Amino acid sequence: MAKITLRGLRHSYEPSPKGPEDYALKAIDLDWSDGGAYALLGPSGCGKSTLLNIISGLLVPSEGQVLFDDHDVTALPPDRRNIAQVFQFPVIYDTMSVYDNLAFPLRNRGVPEARVAERVGEIAEMLDVTDLLRTRAAGLSPDNKQKISMGRGLVRDDVNVVMFDEPLTVIDPHLKWKLRSKLKELHARVGATMIYVTHDQTEALTFADQVVVMQDGEIVQIGTPVELFERPAHTFVGHFIGSPGMNVLPAVQDGARVLFEGHSVALEGPVTGGAGRLEIGIRPEFIELAETGLPATVRRVADVGRHNVVEAVVGKTSVKLVVEGDVPAPGSDVHLGFRPDQTRAYRDGWLATEREST
Amino acid sequence: MRTHNQKAWFFVLPVLLLVAFNALIPMMTVVNYSVQETFGNNVFFWEGLRWFQELLNSDRFHAALGRQFLFTGIILAVEIPLGIIIALAMPRKGMWVPVCLVLMALPMLIPWNVVGAMWNIFTLPRIGMLGYFMNDVLGVHYDMTQNPTAAWITIVIMDVWHWTSLVVLLCYAGLVSIPDAYYQAAKIDGASGWAVFRHIQLPKMKQVLTIAILLRFMDSFNIYTEPFVLTGGGPGNSTTLLSIDLVKIALGQFDLGPAAAMSLIYFAVTLLVSWLFYTLMTKDDEP
Repeated sequence: MAKITLRGLRHSYEPSPKGPEDYALKAIDLDWSDGGAYALLGPSGCGKSTLLNIISGLLVPSEGQVLFDDHDVTALPPDRRNIAQVFQFPVIYDTMSVYDNLAFPLRNRGVPEARVAERVGEIAEMLDVTDLLRTRAAGLSPDNKQKISMGRGLVRDDVNVVMFDEPLTVIDPHLKWKLRSKLKELHARVGATMIYVTHDQTEALTFADQVVVMQDGEIVQIGTPVELFERPAHTFVGHFIGSPGMNVLPAVQDGARVLFEGHSVALEGPVTGGAGRLEIGIRPEFIELAETGLPATVRRVADVGRHNVVEAVVGKTSVKLVVEGDVPAPGSDVHLGFRPDQTRAYRDGWLATEREST
Repeated sequence: MRTHNQKAWFFVLPVLLLVAFNALIPMMTVVNYSVQETFGNNVFFWEGLRWFQELLNSDRFHAALGRQFLFTGIILAVEIPLGIIIALAMPRKGMWVPVCLVLMALPMLIPWNVVGAMWNIFTLPRIGMLGYFMNDVLGVHYDMTQNPTAAWITIVIMDVWHWTSLVVLLCYAGLVSIPDAYYQAAKIDGASGWAVFRHIQLPKMKQVLTIAILLRFMDSFNIYTEPFVLTGGGPGNSTTLLSIDLVKIALGQFDLGPAAAMSLIYFAVTLLVSWLFYTLMTKDDEP
């Protein structure tokens, strides 16, 4: 188990990168404490797998350092870093039994057979695969195969960090939930630092204590699930997390006021200075139908189960809001109320309001 | 109630006809010959199982069968490991992949009799490059027209040269289909190079390797053209493999009855070994 520090990491797959666009990772600095559960969240191609492979040692970064407990491991190969990784597709040694699969990482390191039996037994019990130990791994179902892959990662008690690279991609939806809670439980029992890479916000938010949101090779925001939801530091985070995502509305500044489609909108605090494209961000959960407020026309209503998502048009811009209970008919005129403490300005995508201290 | 529609049989008919005309009917002709004696002129005499009994007790047949198994055994023992090693050594990505693949495929594109003729000229003493090099430069007596050992070495090398590529290409196809994650996981699990081969590469190659061995077995067991052109079965009878012997009996001696009986036994042996091998290799594939 270890604390992980990434210092000034940059990586390019090109031999001689010219501009920032050639970098798959641009300037990553991170501190992860020992025993935490972290998620790397971002769309496909944002560099999260690259980052993971650098931490595991499968990839050597172009620049920067990887430190485990303040010890530089940047140049060490994966097997000398004491890490474990679970891949997107289950990796199973087909010819071996489940037991031998789980024992493989231990036997490769010359662990005595008695200790191997003990550890494999413990892990199998944690994963509920004790009954399967004697069967051949090749015939298992995908979710059991992935459990065995996880088991191989967890079987060593000296691992610094266990990494999961979108491990639930090939798992059936109804089993995803089970495996996810299993993982959470395992983290609590094993206590190893765990890093979970995914593009699925539900997986990231349920698994991790702290989520790192990435976009285009950069870290956009680091925070707890609640922070990411309630106060996105970037419109990308607001949009990527949440369903539907945050409304990002074009706005203009007029002195101290911010105008949206010609209407003044109250924000959580004063807009910070600077130039650039101004936008208002507000989550659909924090807009309500009101007696007064922004005049809008309902365009369509979608029933998503627990509530309705109403899409209304203000001027020329469409705004989504979540409505519980009665919904207006499409085509009707309504007024929208924005909750001021959840309404923020963003400049060039980045948060540009200061929260008023109360 | 399920209604049975017999129309499907109609669609099977073309295949049935095709198989009948190119396999069943010629085969039955051979069966017909194998129980009779003929001296030409379309006159036949019933002989029952005599040819089969004679053949199974004939030293000549035993010797040819022995040589055939020896030849097939040697080339499998060389080509399969060699093919695997070459496939493992080939690059998985990059500009050298097409180059390697084309180079590998080249020998297989050459017609069999041309391969025989090439190696004949190549190894003839004084004339051929290899023959000249062995005899006049190294001073080793190497003459496949005189020396049975040299003849055997030559046909084995020729077959290895001609057909190892097939094993290589099949194994290579098996290897490139292994996802990177397996290698990465093995690295993280601390697996040695041998363990990676034994537990990842070999199992993933098993199916293509089964096919490769089967194809190479059948092909080499039925080999005719190349050794015929190269050595003609000689010197003496030292490289007279089953098919060469069969042609000698059928066309050289015009003993159609015994030749037909031999064909059937030959066919039965090929079929039996292939079936046994395939059954053994695939028996634990069922989960």
